[in-house]
Amino acid sequence: MSDFFAMGGYAWYVWGSYGVTLACLALEVFLVRKRARETQD
Amino acid sequence: MKWFWYASPQTFYPLAGTIARGSGIAAALLAAAGLYIGFFVAPTDAQQGEAYRIIFIHVPAAWMSMFIYVVMACWAALGLALNTRLSGMMASALAPTGALFTFIALWTGSLWGKPTWGTYWVWDARLTSELILLFLYLGFMSLQAAIDDPRRADRAGALLAIVGVVNIPIIHYSVVWWNTLHQGASVSVTRAPTMAATMLTGMLLMALAFWAYSIAVSMVRVRCIIRERGG
Repeated sequence: MSDFFAMGGYAWYVWGSYGVTLACLALEVFLVRKRARETQD
Repeated sequence: MKWFWYASPQTFYPLAGTIARGSGIAAALLAAAGLYIGFFVAPTDAQQGEAYRIIFIHVPAAWMSMFIYVVMACWAALGLALNTRLSGMMASALAPTGALFTFIALWTGSLWGKPTWGTYWVWDARLTSELILLFLYLGFMSLQAAIDDPRRADRAGALLAIVGVVNIPIIHYSVVWWNTLHQGASVSVTRAPTMAATMLTGMLLMALAFWAYSIAVSMVRVRCIIRERGG
């Protein structure tokens, strides 16, 4: 399991990529949902 | 199919909601399958080790960044030519998602470049033209935000979007035209891919997931714009 997270020594590069991508998409979904709620009424 | 019937924002509104729901579910399922194959099925790369696994988001994000721009410019051109209201709304709805994927492509490329080339950034043709794409998206968005009248904002944005299309073939062919540090295309429609089948499958699943995600988010956003502009 820790081997998996270590990514053969490339943990920062691999998880840095996936983490930021996930954060960006989550933020966009949050913002667009917020905008949808605010324009609903 | 009655295309012009759907060209009206009011009639498109409920359809956009249905498309958003379906695409959102498809995006989640495709991403789950793509990530499973990308991390647990695809083998470790002989040259790049585990670092290559960035490919499963980097390449699909780069594809989306260019594809969304072309779609956005097509909507913008359609709006200019036919003066349909929905076209400009679609272009505005796509821009933030396109900018996001451009940023993701640059970010993941940078984190891939460090272990493979030894640097986070170089001013080579591929990286520079992709950075220009990000500025085109941001320019389009700030230009539209600066103009109060939405129809005028649509027309001004459309001109910028159409002129900027010239950058897309430059990004695509940059690795052929110039001697770039960035590698050439690993996948092409005219020849066999230069990577293992499981790697390719994972990458294509992630590309489809990003595609479905982009449709879902831009459909929700276009519904917001339709409401904000009073239907």
